[in-house]
Parts: sequence; C-alpha cells; structure tokens
Amino acid sequence: MKRLLLALVLVLPLVSGCTKKQNEIVIGEYDSLTGSDATFGLSSNKGVRLALDEINAAGGVKGKKISLVTLDDQGKNEEAAAATTRLITQNKVVAIIGGVASGRSKAAAPIAQTHKVPFVSPASTNPDVTKAGDYVFRICFIDPFQGFVMAKFANETLKLKKVAILRDVKNDYSVGLADVFRDEFKKRGGEIVTDISYQAGDIDFKAQLTEIRSKNPDGIYIPGYYTEVGLIAQQARQLGIKAPLMGGDGWDSDKLSEIGKDAINGNYYSNHYTTESSDPSVTEFIKKFKAKYNETPDALAALGYDAAKILVAAMERAADLSGPAIRDELAKTKDFVGVTGKVSLNENRDAVKSAVVIQVEGKNRKYVSTVTP
Amino acid sequence: MHDFIQHIINGISLGSIYALIALGYTMVYGILKMINFAHSDVYMVGAFAAYFAARLLNIENNPGILTLVILLIVSMVSCSLLGLAIERLAYRPLRGAPKLNILITAIGVSLFLQFGGQLVFGADPKVFPDVMKDFVLFNIGPVELKSFDVTVLVVSIIAMFGLQFLIYNTKLGRAMRAVSANASVASLLGVNPDRIIAFTFIVGSSLAGIGSVLVGMKYPKIEPLMGMMIGLKAFVAAVLGGIGNVRGAVLGALIMGLSEEMVVAYLSSTYRDALAFGILIVILIFKPAGLLGKYTVEKV
Repeated sequence: MKRLLLALVLVLPLVSGCTKKQNEIVIGEYDSLTGSDATFGLSSNKGVRLALDEINAAGGVKGKKISLVTLDDQGKNEEAAAATTRLITQNKVVAIIGGVASGRSKAAAPIAQTHKVPFVSPASTNPDVTKAGDYVFRICFIDPFQGFVMAKFANETLKLKKVAILRDVKNDYSVGLADVFRDEFKKRGGEIVTDISYQAGDIDFKAQLTEIRSKNPDGIYIPGYYTEVGLIAQQARQLGIKAPLMGGDGWDSDKLSEIGKDAINGNYYSNHYTTESSDPSVTEFIKKFKAKYNETPDALAALGYDAAKILVAAMERAADLSGPAIRDELAKTKDFVGVTGKVSLNENRDAVKSAVVIQVEGKNRKYVSTVTP
Repeated sequence: MHDFIQHIINGISLGSIYALIALGYTMVYGILKMINFAHSDVYMVGAFAAYFAARLLNIENNPGILTLVILLIVSMVSCSLLGLAIERLAYRPLRGAPKLNILITAIGVSLFLQFGGQLVFGADPKVFPDVMKDFVLFNIGPVELKSFDVTVLVVSIIAMFGLQFLIYNTKLGRAMRAVSANASVASLLGVNPDRIIAFTFIVGSSLAGIGSVLVGMKYPKIEPLMGMMIGLKAFVAAVLGGIGNVRGAVLGALIMGLSEEMVVAYLSSTYRDALAFGILIVILIFKPAGLLGKYTVEKV
C-alpha cells in the first residue's frame, strides 16, 4: 500500500503536466515568491497577473485566453534554472517572463535560448543578461545607465566631491552599478575615497561604516537591496554619519522605510518610474492596481505589468505562436508606451528609456528629477 | 586610533550576541553530548513570537521598559515551549540511538523550522517592533558607546554567571552534572534524567528567546532564515571556547565577534565567513577540546 501511494505521488505531477487545455495559451513566469528579496518577486508577479487579467478580459490573444504558470525560484539561481527548464519541458510555455534579480536571469536565460523560447525579463538590469542570445529581452534599462544616473546626479545636483562606495560583493547587480558609478564619478572630477563591500544576509555593517566615517565622505553610494540598505542606513546614522546615501532601484520597496525608519529619510535612489507622475497611463495603472491588491504598486510591479503587456503585444502581432515568430516581433518593439515610460528595444534587446531620481520621505517617495540616456 | 577603539566596541557588541546563542549550544551539548542544530531556529521563532505579540498587543511603536519586559517574557516562553516540544518529539524517542542519528534529526528539525517558518511567517523580511530607544552612553570624540551595545553585553554576562551559578551551586545543577556524567547511574540515585534534560532545554531555549529580542532591537530585520548564519557562528564560538563550557562559550563568542570586526575593517568583508569557519578548522586540528575545554578520553 505504501509503495502504491509513493508511486502515485511520483507519477501525479507528470500526469497533471500533460493536461493542457487546447484553447489556452500558456505563458510561464518564474519569480522570487519566497526568499530574502521576495517583495521584488511578489510585486512583479502582481503586475504580470494584473496585465494578463486585463488582456483576458479584453478577449485574450488571437481569440485564446492566456493562462499563467508561475514557479517560485526561492531567491536562488539554481532554482531559477530548474524552474525555467520545467516551464519549457513540462508546461510547454510559448514564452517566459523572467524574474527580477539579474543573477537568476543569468542562470535562466541561456536555457530559454537553447530551447528557442522567447524570454522577457521585467527588471534584470545587469548588462550580461541579454548576452545569453537573441531570444532574451529586457524592458528595463541596464546597470551602467543607473550607475551613470546617480553619478551625474551626485555630481551635478548634489554637488558632491568625495563619495564612498559600499557594495554587496555577492550581487552582480550591486557590483555592476558600483563599477559604473565609480568610473563615471571619477570622470566627472570626483573622488572615490573608499570602495568597500558587504554581503547580502549580513546584519552588522558597523565595521565598514566606521571605516567610511574615518574617510569623511560627502555621500555614500550603496547600490544594494532594501533588506540590507535599511539596516545600513540605521547603523550609519548611529555612528553619526550625516552624508546623504544614494542607491539604485534595489531600494524600491515599502520595507525599506519600515526597516530603515527615520534613518533612511532624505536619501536618494534611481528608479524606473514614480507614482507621483501625472501621466494618465501611470495614474490609470495605479488605480487598477490599488483596486485589485489594495496597495500602491512599486516599480517592480509596474515593470512586471509592462513586461507582460509588451510580450502579449508581440504575440498579437506575430504570424503564429512559435518561438521564432514571437521573437522577431518582440525585437521590433518600438515606442511602446508603458507605465515605466516609452520602451524601445535596441540591437542588444535592451530597453532604452529614462530613469527618475527619487527621494525617500517615510512611506512616500518624492520625485526629484528625470535623467535621460 | 579612534577607529580602532570603535572597532573594538563594535566587535564586543557583535560577540555578545553570539555569546547568548552560543550558551544554548553549550548547555545542550553539556548534558546530552549532542549539537542541537535547531537551537538557532528556536531563536528565530522567538523573534517572530515577539513580533506577533507586539502587533497583537499594539505595542510595536511603544518603546520602553514595559515593552521590553513583555516581549522578553513572550519570547522566552514561546522558545521554551518549542524547545520542550522538539526535545519531546524529536530527541527523546532517539535517546538510545547512535549519536549520528540524533545529529541528523537535529539538522532535520532545523530545516523544518526554517522552511516551515517561510510557509507560516512568509519569506519576506519583517520589521521588529521598537523595543527601547537607543542612546549614547558616553562618547570620546567620534567614538560612541551606545546603550544597546552595553545592554547586550551585560545581559550575556549575567546569563553566563547565572548559568555558572545554576550548574555549580544548586541542587538542580548538581543533578544536571550528574546526568551529564552518566545518565543511567544518576537515575539509579533518584535523578530523573528526562526531567533534567527537559529543564536544560527550557533554560537553553529561554536564552535563545532573550537573544532574539536583543538582536531584534539592535538589527530590526527578522526573517525565517535569520538563525542560519548567526547559529553557525555561535556554534563555532562554542566550539572555540570548548563546547560544554559556559565561560568558554562567552569567551569564544567575544573572540569571534572581535576577529570578524577586525577582518572586515582591515581586510575585506568577503573573508568574514571564511574566517569563522577557518577558526573552526584550526581549533579542531590544534585544540579539539577548545580554549577552555578539557580533553577527556571517551569511555567505552
């Protein structure tokens, strides 16, 4: 009896994988629904679902409804790769909406490329992600641009001379932003007084911050994720560091202010969009998002929403729903008006669009300026 | 020079947190001769218990002594109950089994709590309630001594002396030492080993509960995997000081905290974890019993 049960348990998932409805198009998505940066994945997933619900309500694509299969990568690169393989081989998805983190996209994208399944990442900003091949796209700007934006902002608007960098050395994203920031800031005549590192998961940053304090910088660039940045901000203020902190879109989460409390207020980060925009497409999106989930969408939700919309638009234009046909149409995406701005994909399949600089003010985010490429 | 003193203060403060957790490892090892790998996850559950209690009682933004006391009690009680349950359900049935089985069970319980915790509490980080206000006790130039750092250090030293007193100056402590030396002979002399072991788990888990509230007030980000790294570091600290030795645990923890701080300050944070486990390897090679531990021949 026990063996029979075991056999059933082992076979069940295989059987259920085969019962695919004929009049449905399946799109796959993997995201960090659990793990240390889960709010990114959860937000992005909410955006994707909102977009697909709207599309289905309007009749779907080519007369067929879209169903979404979302797998959890638990915030781990190897799980992202496994999820992608499973989406392609078992769920037979026509296209994949990738996850948020660049490291995970780097693990997953080559698999989609080998199987010739179009892959769209909503928010992986590391330049190497789309180098996996011509089936891999992204609808966000890339790290060099974000590093450039903050270096320009630090130099022109804040007029900083000496900046310290504190980077998450285990994170491709953080290292990418920090490198570009360092080069661009130096090129503009600024000085990088120290460039030191921490690791995701650390909770104590006093050693690094004491070191930074001794160099007395005008500002600190911390291109990490909100989980650590909140704690870093608190500990920096505890050590009496008053210089402004700057970061990238990894800061964008409500948790940042919850963890960082008052210490995070007044600091700046670059982002994909601002909820303060009066653009009708943005206000409309925020209204619908609030109605469905009862919360204000962050940038990741907006990017997930745009990714799904852009993918579906390409599927609608494509002659058929084969991988190559969708791919060709995706590559032609030009001036698509999304929530996060006007999206055009360049020859590297990266989006070219502007970024905004935001200042943290408690739960609110104050729009400061827009920086164009 | 100022920086160096600040680094020392930071290091001691980090070390005293390791110490609170390390004491739990050392206690259970002392009596059962097993590493309770689930200890650091009991600590995690304690942090969540305090978090939910603060929200239920609506005191999450109400820092003060009363909040601290309530959260400490909630956390200690929940940790003790969980520790007891783990002992009763996972370890006691394996009492006569080979050491390896119990060790694997402990790892299993640890993973169960970590990933069950993700299911129940959600994997995204939560923000620990405001327990107390942190303030500067005194400062010399830029070097500051904060109330939290001192609190954590004082609590772990009180815990150390308390345990020392409990083990060497009370009847219960004598019974614990008897069970530790030889459980079956102790039971012939009227000590109930199961009861003593359960008591050890209550004390050890309460310490984890205290630790979770103190860490929560200092680093207010809690998540279900928060016990993993801090648990491993505390375990290394306990081994470094001589596992089973109460003073050794605190000494080892302070050495760990200080050396980590110095490595990050003067080398690179990349070596932080490598250092911790490097220490473990070196100590196991050259002084397997730990700094304050006594080398004993295993009885056959």
